[in-house]
Amino acid sequence: MLIAEAVTSIFSYSFLVRAFVVGTLVSLCASLLGVSLVLKRYSMIGDGLSHVGFSALAVASALSLAPLAVAIPVVLLASFVLLRLDNKKLMGDSAIAVISSAALAIGVLCVSLSGTNTDLESYMFGSIMAISDADAYLSIALSVILLAGYVLFYNRIFAVTFDESFSRATGIRTNFFNTLIAVLTAITVVLGMRMMGALLISSLIIFPCLCARKLCSSFKAVCICSGLISVLCFFVGMVASYVLGTPTGASIVAVNVIALVLSCLVGWGVRNVKGAHQG
Amino acid sequence: MSLIKCENLSLAYDSAVVAKNINFEISRGDYLCIVGENGSGKSTLIKTILGLKKPHDGQVIFDTDSDACAIGYMPQQTEVQKDFPASVFEVVLSGRLNSCRFRPFFSKNDKITAMHNMRLMGVDSLKNKSFQELSGGQQQRVLLARALCATNTKGLLLLDEPMTGLDPHATADMHKLISDINRRLNITVIMVSHDIHAAVNYSTHILHMVGENPFFGTTDEYRETEQGREFLCAWGCKH
Ligand SMILES: Nc1ncnc2c1ncn2[C@@H]1O[C@H](COP(=O)(O)OP(=O)(O)OP(=O)(O)O)[C@@H](O)[C@H]1O
Ligand SMILES: [Mg+2]
Repeated sequence: MLIAEAVTSIFSYSFLVRAFVVGTLVSLCASLLGVSLVLKRYSMIGDGLSHVGFSALAVASALSLAPLAVAIPVVLLASFVLLRLDNKKLMGDSAIAVISSAALAIGVLCVSLSGTNTDLESYMFGSIMAISDADAYLSIALSVILLAGYVLFYNRIFAVTFDESFSRATGIRTNFFNTLIAVLTAITVVLGMRMMGALLISSLIIFPCLCARKLCSSFKAVCICSGLISVLCFFVGMVASYVLGTPTGASIVAVNVIALVLSCLVGWGVRNVKGAHQG
Repeated sequence: MSLIKCENLSLAYDSAVVAKNINFEISRGDYLCIVGENGSGKSTLIKTILGLKKPHDGQVIFDTDSDACAIGYMPQQTEVQKDFPASVFEVVLSGRLNSCRFRPFFSKNDKITAMHNMRLMGVDSLKNKSFQELSGGQQQRVLLARALCATNTKGLLLLDEPMTGLDPHATADMHKLISDINRRLNITVIMVSHDIHAAVNYSTHILHMVGENPFFGTTDEYRETEQGREFLCAWGCKH
């Protein structure tokens, strides 16, 4: 009853409805991209990009420019750089760590120099108030494009994720698809950052896939399942944060953590039952 | 007109030369077997033919209308992660992608071909199983089915030690199957193998990667050469 009441009252505020729509779409996008990123062992890229995005937002606000207009190109650029770094395997994950902490430092310095310290927390940990109408429309448009692209290229994304050299040998443009995934990730990270916060957005990418992998054994099932889990966790986290008055981003991540623990238990249980049947 | 021609090809990793003076030429419908010791550069050569690696020197020339030719590839070791969630059917079907061109989804025909190749490899009963939960030999068969899916009657099949991990019965079956595919469907086959006797029995051409000047010639020519006889004897003189 309490929940139903909470949901109705959430939907009576227009800024909460906006946050719901944007959040659902971004969670869905993040979870789908997360399947590729996690399985390719690229999940750190999401983390690096979110820190770069934080710094871009901070600089934009210090110079009083439109936040997304600055953040999207900067994060796109960073995604190209991170992908190249990974390809060459020169420094691998330490390079990502260097870039992300450097970006974080620049962002913090920018915020403190420009004097508006209240923004810092909202960028780091997210705020549903931060989503403007323009942000919302842009987010919806980009998410729809992204979802359509993902469905259209689904089979190729599977092939490139599963076995890159076979795909390249049989004439699939793997570089194009790797870049596409990086670009889409960059966009998703920026879109989700306002709500989730720079420090928490990468959890939207990583958690749902990890959950789904415990429960499903085919790629398609993992994609669908991680999309569902992600949207469900977002919904529960959002309602919980409204009812309990906790920060949105952190609540959503907490729900994701619970989902992961539950999936591990369920996966373990199912395997044991199966084993008992066979043995 | 030859399908693939290698001219003075040399292979290297960061300027450390692995093999050089590789010259060969094969036509459509040939069955080339690449033999040689461990580390002689066989897998590297396959990757170079596929364009996964740049030649250090020399060149690989494909027939001009080769972009119409579908290439099936079976790597010696897949870079597939151990815990990747994918069903057998999804893996085999992914071999059909190169025939999709601009179609985003698989057609009914693609699925039928995938099922057919799974039946050929005897893995049709594993269709919905998870790829990572198969035995090594079963995985090998699935990857072969995928390679078959990626090629067609005008195509090319590159196999890097496809028999690794198969039981003797399956190995014999596989040799017959590949030879069948080669003869009946007229698919050009390039195969790396350590089973020199099977190589000599089934292939039309042999490339023996050894020393400064790798040998290339027809299988009959190879039997007459000194290195051929030596290599065959080292494997137990059946000939
Ligand atoms: N990624 C790599 N980086 C550097 N050197 C490599 C790499 N891969 C292979 N080599 C070297 O190149 C040589 C040829 O390797 P290759 O894998 O082509 O041998 P092979 O003939 O396929 O051997 P095998 O019979 O064991 O499969 C080896 O000496 C190996 O040390
Ligand atoms: Mg090899």
